Amino acid sequence: MPRSLMQPEFLVQRDKERCIECKTCVRQCGFGVHEYEEARGVLVSNDSECVSCRRCVVFCPTGALQIKKNEAYRENSYWTEDRLRDLRRQAEFGGTLLTGMGCDRTYPIYFDHILLNASQVTNPPIDPLREPIETRVYIGRRPEKPVPASASGCGIPLTGMPMQVSAEVPAAVSAEMPCEMPKGAATVELGEMAKGPTTVESGEMATEMPPAVKLEIPVIFSAMSFGSISKNAILSIARAAASLGTMFNTGEGGMHRDLEPYKDHMIVQVASGRFGVDPSYLNAGRIIEIKIGQGAKPGIGGHLPGEKVGEEIALTRGIPRGSDAISPAPHHDIYSIEDLRQLIYTAKEATEYRKPVSVKIAAVHNVAAIASGAARAGADIIAVDGLRGGTGAAPKMIRDNVGLPIELAISAVDRRLRREGLREKVFLIAGGGIRCSADLAKIICLGADAAYIGTAALLALGCHLCHKCYTGNCSWGIATQNPYLTRRINPELGSQRLINLLTAWSHELKEIMGAMGINAIESLRGNRLQLRGVGLPENELRELEIKQAGEAM
Amino acid sequence: MKRVHCNLEFCVNCHLCEVYCTLAHSPYNDLVAAFKGGAHPEPARLFVEERRPASFAVQCRHCDDPYCVTSCLTGALYKEESSGRVLYLQGKCIGCGTCLVACPYGAIKRRMKPDGHFTIVKCDLCPDRTRPACVEACPNLALKYEEREQMNP
Repeated sequence: MPRSLMQPEFLVQRDKERCIECKTCVRQCGFGVHEYEEARGVLVSNDSECVSCRRCVVFCPTGALQIKKNEAYRENSYWTEDRLRDLRRQAEFGGTLLTGMGCDRTYPIYFDHILLNASQVTNPPIDPLREPIETRVYIGRRPEKPVPASASGCGIPLTGMPMQVSAEVPAAVSAEMPCEMPKGAATVELGEMAKGPTTVESGEMATEMPPAVKLEIPVIFSAMSFGSISKNAILSIARAAASLGTMFNTGEGGMHRDLEPYKDHMIVQVASGRFGVDPSYLNAGRIIEIKIGQGAKPGIGGHLPGEKVGEEIALTRGIPRGSDAISPAPHHDIYSIEDLRQLIYTAKEATEYRKPVSVKIAAVHNVAAIASGAARAGADIIAVDGLRGGTGAAPKMIRDNVGLPIELAISAVDRRLRREGLREKVFLIAGGGIRCSADLAKIICLGADAAYIGTAALLALGCHLCHKCYTGNCSWGIATQNPYLTRRINPELGSQRLINLLTAWSHELKEIMGAMGINAIESLRGNRLQLRGVGLPENELRELEIKQAGEAM
Repeated sequence: MKRVHCNLEFCVNCHLCEVYCTLAHSPYNDLVAAFKGGAHPEPARLFVEERRPASFAVQCRHCDDPYCVTSCLTGALYKEESSGRVLYLQGKCIGCGTCLVACPYGAIKRRMKPDGHFTIVKCDLCPDRTRPACVEACPNLALKYEEREQMNP
């Protein structure tokens, strides 16, 4: 091979004065950058392998290591270093560029152009330390209007019913028009999901609600499969979810048996690969999520290389050891909203209508219409994953160039669902790029019921965003199955970090809400009056449905 | 008694326990000085053994009935009744190495003193600290300092 034209992306700088030659860097690097040369008795670094994951920097006890950007390319504001590097790499290797985690390009960050409101004088702020502020939400379908049982079979589950859709009215609404309520004691039924009558006797209502799950905070850990991340990372997340009173998502890789104790806090995902999906899996969690797309790679499937499919993963996914785990781009049984409806109701039938069913879609240009279709198809929850959503592996061009920022996507979906009378039926989850509690508050104001966090959770576990998840060499023990590396996540410590993070966010969210004079998430959701745009053109303000900063109520 | 227990499952082979053990037993407060200040840095009192993927910090178990104490030719090694620690008297130790052979854990090592004579090094559970330095330094909570029914990790 002729001399490579590639230059190292990073340079490892070792302060010889401070280095005590403890060789921690050698043992910690997942990419084999550091080496101790026995013959010369010196530590050397192979810069070209460095991905700047900073494991060595964090672990170096004397702070002797620094990672610097290598300015190897001549400056050019059009042919940026990233473009040049990718081009050179492809010229040498001729393959699709792979990457991991979320899009890191410099697209506008709408969160950073939105300001929150607070109360002054005319409406008093609330002190969250002295007055209750409710961050609890119930995830699942909301009950529809009460319908008396006497009204000829209203409220019977739509089991196996053909789809009834008119242009504007969703199936569930047209199937059950509210009837008049008899006076006094009455028996009423609620919604299409009702399993039995709701009785009102002497003023007390024994209500049977559609299946819903309580979340103490409107933040859910998003889908990360066993395979894309290590078992210890999943266990950390599962433990944290259980302790915080929220949910985690198995991802498409099936349920590892060690997750059994946490299944009351588990969303089980069904993706196009259908790994580990059987009735017991569907019934194991509290919610079933059908994954149509992922924000990091809309329209692209998944591929877990056979080398990573060890015994544990093979058992969990129900595939032979060493075989590639391939998730096709589409579900091969879903080519229309009607097909999606079939799968949603298959899942509901399999779980006797006891579990809410979620549909996760990537934020693409037509996301609002797709979400509307999913809602009509019977989804109780719609999760929208934005441009900045993470992944274990994706083609770089797809990750960086396909999709919509979650702020715009959620706003569009919320608007569309409201206009079509569907918004109150479904629970809307926003994911893909929620970085802090202010982002969380803003996305709820833009119409979400709750947020998915994936990248933020991994950052809490130690991820340094080196974007090399697809290599399986993760020095932080997260995106790897190498037993030498996976032990770097201790679920005891990992779960505590996640609990700390979300406890802090919860406090901050309460402060934000309290300052606004709002004491429940219900009052924050879709409350765009609490938002103002700064530095946004008129069409973007219109798209977000928010006012320009400076405009009054 | 409280002992240091290593969880094989979560030891990440960073050897920071050794590094901070050296610091705790050196006359300096600074790591760089502890390693580079004098001619010979204090040796660590515990040793990380590895057979990848596993690694493990080995240190004195402070046995209830310590073989090293029984085997000691000069009576340098003794079990402190009040704390349960197995300690040794520098002045009495002749560095013969009998205890090294007697220790079932391989937790004692021998080193040459500046004066050319041999002596042993072993864990003293950091008598001046509330928790041993190695436990405080462990980045992954693999080392725990606690009382357990079973002495062995």
